[in-house]
Amino acid sequence: MNLAIRDVRRNKLRFALTALGIGMLLGVVIAMTGIYEGALTDALSLPRALRADLWVVQQHSFGPFAEPSRIPRDTRELIRRMPGVAAAGAVTFQTVQAMAGGKPVRLFLEGYEIGRPGGPPGLIAGHGLTESHYEIIVDASSKLKLGEVVPLGPYRDPYTVVGLTRGMVSSGGDPMAWVTLQDAQALQFAVPPPLERRERAAGRSPPTTTDINAVLVRLEPGASVAAAAQEIARWKHLAAVPEKAEESYLAQFVIQKMQQQLGMFMGILTTVSAVIIALIIYTLTMDKLRSIATLKLIGAPDRVIVWLIVQQALVLGASGYAIGLGLIEQVKGYFPRRVQIEPRDLAVLAVVVLVICLLGSLLGVRAALRIQPAEALAGG
Amino acid sequence: MHGISTHFGAGPTRVDALIDIDLRVDAGELVGLRGPSGCGKSTLLNVIGCVTEPSEGEMRIDDEPVYDRRWLRRDLRRLRLTRIGFIFQTHNLLPFLTATENVAEAMELNGVKPREARERAIALLDYFEMRQVNAYPSELSGGMAQRVAIARAIANTPHIILADEPTAPLDSARAQAVIDLLTRIAREQRAAVLVVTHDASIFHRFDRLVSMRDGRIEAQTTPAVSETANA
Repeated sequence: MNLAIRDVRRNKLRFALTALGIGMLLGVVIAMTGIYEGALTDALSLPRALRADLWVVQQHSFGPFAEPSRIPRDTRELIRRMPGVAAAGAVTFQTVQAMAGGKPVRLFLEGYEIGRPGGPPGLIAGHGLTESHYEIIVDASSKLKLGEVVPLGPYRDPYTVVGLTRGMVSSGGDPMAWVTLQDAQALQFAVPPPLERRERAAGRSPPTTTDINAVLVRLEPGASVAAAAQEIARWKHLAAVPEKAEESYLAQFVIQKMQQQLGMFMGILTTVSAVIIALIIYTLTMDKLRSIATLKLIGAPDRVIVWLIVQQALVLGASGYAIGLGLIEQVKGYFPRRVQIEPRDLAVLAVVVLVICLLGSLLGVRAALRIQPAEALAGG
Repeated sequence: MHGISTHFGAGPTRVDALIDIDLRVDAGELVGLRGPSGCGKSTLLNVIGCVTEPSEGEMRIDDEPVYDRRWLRRDLRRLRLTRIGFIFQTHNLLPFLTATENVAEAMELNGVKPREARERAIALLDYFEMRQVNAYPSELSGGMAQRVAIARAIANTPHIILADEPTAPLDSARAQAVIDLLTRIAREQRAAVLVVTHDASIFHRFDRLVSMRDGRIEAQTTPAVSETANA
């Protein structure tokens, strides 16, 4: 007879509430795992979507996501003429803050040349940029709608949303946006009119607005990435970073600390879960002391007692895991950052929950094994 | 049992719970055990139930030596499961099992297949005119719960039944009904039944009444003699 299941059946409400509590706790662990994975996916979504073989950046720079990179715009033309290069596109990156519809909107803005590498990946609505100025494509996570106007730059120029992407965010979680390179350069390097007048009055030239942050290079099929990178590096002011290296810099320099933070938090949560599950199992065992003593007195072997406790711990853990996963699946869309639940992570967590339950039940098993059969005969 | 003594502690804190106990209960005999609180009744029950190890003496169950200054059997659990049935003051049914399951569980522990155990449990409860076979202990009256407890105690047809104040929480009519059942078991199953009780209204129902005081057996009488003595 399965005593654990019968105990659960008899105390359905109590068990359900306990499993719900454990489920919420494990749900937080699953969410943290999802955020951990989501941070990596978010960070790599842009470089992967841009499908560049090489990133040409300022010498000694790890690329526009890791640190500043400023190179002349004509770099694109120099690179394009190199043998083995199929296409090259100049790009800029910057974070912009605007107010749209009375609400603050923060965007990670990329300027690109229409028809060259660097444009947004597949649109889910609207169309690509067709005008040289004041059109913008945004990611749907920005909550901006097609046709909505976003004022940007020192002149608060009106940018109209003409296209939408999905799932494109920066490593910081800000929705991506795309404008023409000219607009992006103006937004990045243009100074407000009073400052421009002051600079001219002081006899200084206003800052150049033609620099770019990087050139994205796509090579001809069969062309060597290493050879092209070596060739580009002959220009002393440039460095060429292969796409994989760029991804690695992003993961290593930009989001590593955040992932470590999430990892620490997950570790603490897992430990807290283990302690709470152990305490719950211990309490459930303490509630059954007299029943356990009776079982021992009437001749139940220790394995029946141990299995009763361990099985109950496993049922609680499995129920909590299922509830936690179900909860997070339902609410993950409401998280401000991507929550990416990977089957591999779920499998690892399932094993961790199993181990936690087994370890958690040890305290209860120990208490149960110390109970003497004579305690069943002790006064009522 | 012969010359059984049990003490706890040592030196100035030593407590002699049982002193030189000689007791024999035969198959089919219903024996009452009475005495003031702390006289050693429960300890004696624990020793006979192979739960508490005595300090001295000899003990036999079914003429098999069980204790002779040490336990002679390693598997006392198995001995309790197959030879001894326990009935408690507060029925001690497992609260998460139904009446049938409580009885069937005792059989399953003894190796009976679940389906057969269930069928036999229902039949046993029917034998005790117990109809609420699917009720949980909390849904049963004290008398009904005690019937289930008795059914569980005899589930594996034990040779010894030890009952610790089984009528204490019951009114007079239900107490008599419980003693009726125990008498039936003693007679029909040829079990040796030892009942600890303070309930004077059932003294006359025993074949023999054992009186204890300060860890010793003070007297062993037939109920008629005992009642005369009390008068």
